[in-house]
Amino acid sequence: MAEAANPSQSDVLVRIRDLHFSRGEHMIFDGIDLDIPRGKITAIMGPSGTGKTTLLRLIGGQLYPDRGSVQVDGEEVPSLRRGELYELRKRMGMLFQSGALLTDLDVYDNVAFPLREHTALPESMIRDLVLMKLQAVGLRGARHLMPSELSGGMARRVALARAIALDPMMIMYDEPFTGQDPISMGALVQLIRLLNDALGLTSIIVSHDVQETAAISDYIYVISRGKVVGHGTPDALDKTDSEWVRQFMLGLPDGPVPFHYPAPDYREDLLQGGEAG
Amino acid sequence: MMLEWVRQLGRSGIDFFEKLGRGHLFLVKTLAGVPEVLARPRLLIAQLLSVGVLSFMLIAISGLFVGMVLALQGYNTLVDFGAEESLGVVVALSIVRELGPVVTALLFAGRAGSALTAEIGLMKATEQLSGMEMMAVDPLHRVIAPRFLAGVISMPLLAAIFSAVGIWGGYFVGVGLLGVDEGAYWSQMQDKVDFLDDILNGVIKSAVFGVVTTWIAVFEGYDTIPTSEGVSRATTRTVVHSAFAVLGLDFVLTALMFGDS
Ligand SMILES: Nc1ncnc2c1ncn2[C@@H]1O[C@H](COP(=O)(O)OP(=O)(O)OP(=O)(O)O)[C@@H](O)[C@H]1O
Ligand SMILES: [Mg+2]
Repeated sequence: MAEAANPSQSDVLVRIRDLHFSRGEHMIFDGIDLDIPRGKITAIMGPSGTGKTTLLRLIGGQLYPDRGSVQVDGEEVPSLRRGELYELRKRMGMLFQSGALLTDLDVYDNVAFPLREHTALPESMIRDLVLMKLQAVGLRGARHLMPSELSGGMARRVALARAIALDPMMIMYDEPFTGQDPISMGALVQLIRLLNDALGLTSIIVSHDVQETAAISDYIYVISRGKVVGHGTPDALDKTDSEWVRQFMLGLPDGPVPFHYPAPDYREDLLQGGEAG
Repeated sequence: MMLEWVRQLGRSGIDFFEKLGRGHLFLVKTLAGVPEVLARPRLLIAQLLSVGVLSFMLIAISGLFVGMVLALQGYNTLVDFGAEESLGVVVALSIVRELGPVVTALLFAGRAGSALTAEIGLMKATEQLSGMEMMAVDPLHRVIAPRFLAGVISMPLLAAIFSAVGIWGGYFVGVGLLGVDEGAYWSQMQDKVDFLDDILNGVIKSAVFGVVTTWIAVFEGYDTIPTSEGVSRATTRTVVHSAFAVLGLDFVLTALMFGDS
């Protein structure tokens, strides 16, 4: 797959081959191949429940694949030992869908958390770094608020400041755009681009906000039902003749990508009313 | 029908042993984080304050009342034999050997244990633990180990407070209200309460209860199904399982310590 667009080995930061993963009976990935190029913004899009968050967790080594390989910066993630995995994770930032801020610490301490855990920097230096990161997400004035006092969108921006605190080599965004008003959305889109280019990061964006994501990503993978159904630059995907990709990019309700979680026939299901199930 | 029942039984059995295994693995991994915690005493002190302070007033007040009740009950029995001078011994032995460690552990499980489970369970449900892992911080070392250690350290201290306050409550009722001779209350106690046999064994008991109840509390929190219902069930389980574990172990320990005397 993707031989034409396939960059050479060292340009690929995350290389996924023949990835299989299932939750019980439910097959989530059925043989996925992905290349995340270094220094670029790559988007992974797909309908809700296809396993985008799961894919990020596989890359971060929180879940183990049933089969296949997940390589990050040349290291095979599932076979790393604990210490090696933790070293690798220091170089990966991840922005959780929910923000995942520590609720017993205020905004400032949340952003300072990774710095205090992993560096021996003096408190004055930590302060400068934290304020810089908070300034970047526009929340320097909110540093004394507790997570419970933040809106969902603000919490996600604080989490972003925290994710970049250690200046990682790559950052994974899980749905960064949900819950952002148009202004902070615009600022966030620019920020992701800026961080990526200024800090030389590699970014992976998981999202179903097609417009915003397509606008900033260099390369897009569309996954559905455990398979990569299309990939290419945003322009190329716009002109694609794959029905799957078109349906998704244009947001059409009808098409090959199902809106429903796998289920037995609707009519039969209703008629079965007698036997509870 | 029968077959289904047997199958169900088998499944619960497997689940039980699976959980037991997870619990032990969890304990080993948590203990591996203890040196890290000792190197950062601030984490530990924060938890000691939160765990200890949570339970301090509750345990002190309970100890006072338990001591007072013991004195009343003991006096009524002893006075028939004209042995009310031994009231101090009766109160002290009951509390130091038995009620101090056991009641403290039960109260601790209900107060601090359930709070630990709920806190850790909610951290899991809101992805805080997962988030920490992705920041290359091991939640077992950073979150669980300090809480576990704080519980293990606080329990014997709380039991000692319970005992001291209880003996004082007994004194208040026995000497103050019922007119037992003050000198007799204290001197008989000093005579008959043995340091090794009674006090040390009481401390050992409360140390064991401390490990077990805190272990149950932090494990139930960590093993929670990450939903609000899951957290509420785990909290209940902490209290129930701790109570069974404490009372059961108390019997075993008492048999071992005082069985042959
Ligand atoms: N802890 C879990 N246990 C069992 N199944 C799970 C678990 N977490 C997720 N799943 C299943 O895995 C599938 C993929 O979930 P995932 O969260 O990765 O989807 P997603 O693509 O991120 O969706 P969304 O866009 O809504 O966030 C879902 O169908 C879900 O049912
Ligand atoms: Mg998701």
